[in-house]
Amino acid sequence: MSDLMFARSQMAMSLAFHIIFAVVGIAMPAMMVIAEGRWLRSRDPVMLELAKRWAKGTAILFAVGAVSGTVLSFELGLLWPSFMEHAGAIIGMPFSLEGFAFFTEAIFLGIYLYAWKRIPPRAHFAAGVVVAVSGALSGAFVVCANAWMNAPTGFTIVDGVVTNVDPLAAMFNKAAPAQIVHMTLAAYASTGFAVAGIHAYALRRGTPHRAFHRGALQIALAVGLPAALLQPLSGDWSARDVAERQPVKLAAMEGHLRTGPAAFVIGGWPNGETLEHTGAIEIPGALSWLLRGDAQAVVPGLDAVPVADRPPVAIVHTAFQLMVACGSVMAALALWGLWRWWQRRQQRGIALPDDRRFLLAVLLCAPLGFIALEAGWTVTEVGRQPWIVQDFMRTADAVTPMPGLGVTFALFTALYIGLALTVAFLMWRQILKTGIAPRPSNMTGELAIPRGLSQTAPRP
Amino acid sequence: MLDGTPLTWTLPNAVAGTMVLSLNAYVLLGGADFGGGVWDLLARGRRADDQRALIAKAIAPIWEANHVWLILVVVLLFTCFPKAFAHLATELHVPITAMLVGIVLRGSAFTFRTYDSRQDHVQRRWGRIFSIASLLTPIVLGVCLGAVAGGRLPMRPTAVLATVSFQARFVDPWMASPFAWAVGLMTLMLFAFLAASYLTVEAPDDALRAVFRRRALQSQGALLVVAAVTLAFARADNPLLFEGLTRGRTAVFMHAVTVLAVIVSCWSLLTSRFHVARVAAAAQATFLLWGWAWTQFPWLIPPDHTIEELAAPRITLTLILGALAIGTMILLPSFVYLFRVFKAGETAFGDEGQVG
Ligand code: HDD
Ligand code: HEM
Ligand code: HEM
Repeated sequence: MSDLMFARSQMAMSLAFHIIFAVVGIAMPAMMVIAEGRWLRSRDPVMLELAKRWAKGTAILFAVGAVSGTVLSFELGLLWPSFMEHAGAIIGMPFSLEGFAFFTEAIFLGIYLYAWKRIPPRAHFAAGVVVAVSGALSGAFVVCANAWMNAPTGFTIVDGVVTNVDPLAAMFNKAAPAQIVHMTLAAYASTGFAVAGIHAYALRRGTPHRAFHRGALQIALAVGLPAALLQPLSGDWSARDVAERQPVKLAAMEGHLRTGPAAFVIGGWPNGETLEHTGAIEIPGALSWLLRGDAQAVVPGLDAVPVADRPPVAIVHTAFQLMVACGSVMAALALWGLWRWWQRRQQRGIALPDDRRFLLAVLLCAPLGFIALEAGWTVTEVGRQPWIVQDFMRTADAVTPMPGLGVTFALFTALYIGLALTVAFLMWRQILKTGIAPRPSNMTGELAIPRGLSQTAPRP
Repeated sequence: MLDGTPLTWTLPNAVAGTMVLSLNAYVLLGGADFGGGVWDLLARGRRADDQRALIAKAIAPIWEANHVWLILVVVLLFTCFPKAFAHLATELHVPITAMLVGIVLRGSAFTFRTYDSRQDHVQRRWGRIFSIASLLTPIVLGVCLGAVAGGRLPMRPTAVLATVSFQARFVDPWMASPFAWAVGLMTLMLFAFLAASYLTVEAPDDALRAVFRRRALQSQGALLVVAAVTLAFARADNPLLFEGLTRGRTAVFMHAVTVLAVIVSCWSLLTSRFHVARVAAAAQATFLLWGWAWTQFPWLIPPDHTIEELAAPRITLTLILGALAIGTMILLPSFVYLFRVFKAGETAFGDEGQVG
């Protein structure tokens, strides 16, 4: 591989790694706070226990998010110095604001984790709210910076020199609103689904701590299901946005190879050079109709630009389909869950759907959010290629002159694999401690979980 | 001030000053966290485990908040001096990468050790990784700063760069500079000294206090030796820098206050006035840092690029300073609250249990 390829791979790996922890850092505080709020209202000890267990897991994940984020801030310069040289002054603004969001997040997370005994319960709850809000804000700020790469504004170029810099216009670029909404929803949906899956597993296995896991499942679903339901709507908005500002990216996403009325292409392996598909199902005119409300409308295809300006279409198309597939399944589960919820409320006044079939579905859907998340970022980033800043700077022109990037790539790959394995092992140990299996395993002592007020819930 | 340029409060200078301020905060807060890791590695004797527990307790609630100061320095650098950021990140690619690995290992190993409750060999191994990374990272950080301060990283035209070998461009400027390594060692000693001085205050009993008092005095001694060596290297290596360090009224003043802080620190440690010693240690580190900043002014990348030259457009600087001002108004009370919460006792709400 060339140094450029190593640099791109390293950036992609670092971001793909960081985003997992970032997303957890956005959504977990919200769930902790909901649990603690319910404890404050009902004094149900199970809810307090839940908030504490979640907080402990979050602390581990947050630390990994912090260190991997630090790596990213340096990597912007280590790998893409020319990009930062020109873009730094234009998009530094959201990064600086993000810095402040990190500060508040880290400060109040410290308070949340360590000050249970030191401050009044309401103050403690408020600290949790601050963590949740600043987590969401820091995500929004960094996505502003990313959106600028898709829709660069706030500067002019005169004779190759960047002038007339307007950081505010750059920050509030056209791509930002749709991306921020989509990303924030993704954070709640993916984390909510993953957490719900863990607790659904415990309930299916027949845990001794039913009240605890039911409470957890309820909160996780309350966060994840509505977000998953809204996600296709928000994705539609994103897609229309892309169609307007990056028609080539849209063509790559949809596998729309030749300019003309656009079919909706399902599956298949498009080739960007020969402009041929293999093995795709096409619904003629459907994409044109979706975008313009007219099946005959002309949509620019991949052939609108020279071969050198086309993104790797097969990757983008596949990743996009993967995201949409995951999103559709998740939205379907959300519909089913909400319907069952409503139905049960009518019948028995106990809302949480916990029959085994539903739990199995929740369990199976647990990883889908994170898969969609990674796929979605692949669409956004790979779909922008060969540009690092759409239409202004090519990725190849931004890369560092430092040779031998294969070495740093190997180094960080090893580091991240090690970290990922460790984190997975630790989280699994934390989860086992909640008595996920009927009999305690020998890996860890089980911690006492108080019997809750809602222990009387009937069993299926 | 290498050439006696008078300090004027232009926008770029204000931003550069802010960067030194946040580097200062990082040294005082984050630096002490690294230093704690060093003492964790060196914990000896019957009460080694108590020492480790004290260190962990002092670091735990706030290391992520302390760590953000470094992020702020980086973000300010790439927003307000993008050319300098691009240049430094290119030329110092190798040591910065090493530093990142250190940061990742330290932060994650510390957290894994803290949150995984089982006392077993796995946990001890994380403790080892944490402390070794705490030892190496400050050295590399210091080496990077030393290479910049020593004027080892001039900006050269592309045509010249094409003729320079990998070794000469990416390795020698920091690797072959004794001055840079001396600064690296000095950083390590400084962090260890800060941590030991703080820990004398936080120790729960007299025996531990005595341990860290001894440690503080030892590391102060080592720090002074390394500082003298650094100065000697500066003289041999880099006469211009040495001149800046020793000439002029401001430099002499900076040295004087630093020496005063050293004296107060040693005196208060010897007489067990630990609260004074903590302040003196922080003051010493602060004067040392600002002394360096002062010496380097007006150059951002010595020997030939000034703060003014490398600054981003005014509008960016103005907005960033505005954002910093607003951010500070939110942050300062938050930090005060954080430190107050963890200074106060645990009694008030003791019935709610604790994570763990
Ligand atoms: C839980 C995660 C998740 C789910 C279920 C979906 N997405 Fe998504 N999508 C993301 C997570 C995501 C993301 C990872 O968060 C991205 C990457 C960049 C961004 O802003 O959001 C993204 C990007 C992204 C983009 C590109 C935006 C750009 O380049 O600016 C489009 C067009 C869509 N999505 C469309 C959809 C549609 C039509 C979905 C229908 C079900 C969908 N997404 C579900
Ligand atoms: C966290 C979610 C993100 C993921 C998973 C992600 C994914 C990727 C991927 C897959 C690439 C490689 C593209 C290729 O080489 O074909 C890439 C490149 C890059 N991304 Fe992102 N990205 C994310 C967010 C961001 C954000 C928020 C920024 C900046 C503000 C950013 C900046 C970059 C840069 C500078 C590159 C290298 C240049 C390029 O290949 O275009 N990314 N990212
Ligand atoms: C180029 C891209 C990125 C850079 C340079 C970056 C940088 C950072 C840094 C330095 C931290 C550590 C802060 C601390 O010490 O607490 C961090 C954490 C975080 N980042 Fe990123 N980040 C990037 C991409 C993203 C994306 C795409 C998102 C989300 C949408 C995101 C959301 C977060 C959040 C919520 C945290 C808080 C820590 C946590 O919860 O784990 N970041 N990031």
